Amino acid sequence: MQDAFVRAAERWPRDGVPDNPGAWIVATARNRAIDRIRRERTLVRKTELLARAAELPEDEEATIPDERLELIFACCHPALAPEAQVALTLSLVGGLTTPEIARAFLVPEPTLAQRLVRAKRKIRDAGIPLRVPAEHLMPDRLRLVLATIYLVFNAGYGPPVRRELCGEAIRLAAVLASLMPDEPEAHGLHALLLLQDARRDARVSPAGELVLLADQDRNLWDASGIEQGRRALERGLALRIPGPYQLQAAIASLHYEEPADWAQIALLYGRLAELTPTPVIELNRAVAVAMADGPEPGLEIVDGLTGLERYHLWHSTRADLLHRLGRDGEAAAAYSRALELAPSETERTFLQSRLSTVGS
Amino acid sequence: MQYMLLIYGSGDSWETLTPEQQQEIGAAYFAFTEELQSAGKMVAGDALQPITTATSVRVRDGETLTTDGPFAETKEVLGGYYLIDVDTIDEALDWAAKIPGAKHGTIEVRPVVTDYETVS
Repeated sequence: MQDAFVRAAERWPRDGVPDNPGAWIVATARNRAIDRIRRERTLVRKTELLARAAELPEDEEATIPDERLELIFACCHPALAPEAQVALTLSLVGGLTTPEIARAFLVPEPTLAQRLVRAKRKIRDAGIPLRVPAEHLMPDRLRLVLATIYLVFNAGYGPPVRRELCGEAIRLAAVLASLMPDEPEAHGLHALLLLQDARRDARVSPAGELVLLADQDRNLWDASGIEQGRRALERGLALRIPGPYQLQAAIASLHYEEPADWAQIALLYGRLAELTPTPVIELNRAVAVAMADGPEPGLEIVDGLTGLERYHLWHSTRADLLHRLGRDGEAAAAYSRALELAPSETERTFLQSRLSTVGS
Repeated sequence: MQYMLLIYGSGDSWETLTPEQQQEIGAAYFAFTEELQSAGKMVAGDALQPITTATSVRVRDGETLTTDGPFAETKEVLGGYYLIDVDTIDEALDWAAKIPGAKHGTIEVRPVVTDYETVS
């Protein structure tokens, strides 16, 4: 009843006092009660679900597959900020603790705790549903889920490498693929993460330096990871709807072959650029073209790209190709520029060593 | 759940439109309102007079200050609203995207408080 008075106080100045205030208050109180019962029912259901999901031991996950999927889609709802989506997914689906997530993303613990509280509150108060989205929303919403999981992986891939995050992302991708077996891109993402992760021991030296693919010790590649990744990719490709994650996984898979089929890799990058036209993908295509057809056509693509002036890998790729063409003066200038823009110590160390090989 | 769909747009655009364009927009809103009503989701909805008709009121130290104009100078101004009753935010966002003004301006979707004990 008290609610109804609050409401009456709100409305009457606006709408005027109704003809029969007593009846109005009773009717409003009843409507409010119904509202609240409805609300509490869903709230109890959600709270139970969230609590249960958080407490699940790992081996029981498979027993409530549908609700985990609903939870993933709720955590990655577009009404939540991207950083909140990531934190929620790791916390509620991945079961990571707040300090663990805070450490992984180098965010102060109270900041992360607050982010989580706000996001859960928004789920509750804004009516974000715990359900698999309607069919017309599915393509966009699945893209968000895949992107969130990929973001988790990339945050761990480094450098610096944070293995627990990579492992968690792979686990999330595996769950998603098993829950949505008819979604080729869910398998594509799972495959891509497995294949990238299989290089984890080879891509950083014991001293913490970045090792180029061509210089990596093949014995350090994780053969069973590669095998698992290729199987996941086959599951996706069998559904016959190509997508960006499957293409990237296919490229990663080809990189493990000896000798690598660079013409095929260049072709796949071209296909990827058609689906998601970004200069970074074109940059990768340029590298593959340079490997397949020589540095000259590669450099032509690199020099034609715009918008990457502040991207260290654009400069270092140019430098590499210039060096292979014997234009060491220009190569040194490009390495120096890459060095200025490189975001991590590991990458700076790597670029410094490249710079010294072309003689600065 | 009830959601308020607040329609923001550039305030001066209406007068710059030709009568034909105004009629077209009016018809689009009429059709949207009809669709919302026949789906049984509409609680209320209105258009507001232009921002030039706004008056702001503040009470400070017991004194009422009345000034011409809006509370804050912003590029996008509130031009109207719909109050709808739907099950989830997904449904509310779908309706918001169908509002004709979403093509030019922004629709802010705000859940309405229905339980004053759990206000965050």
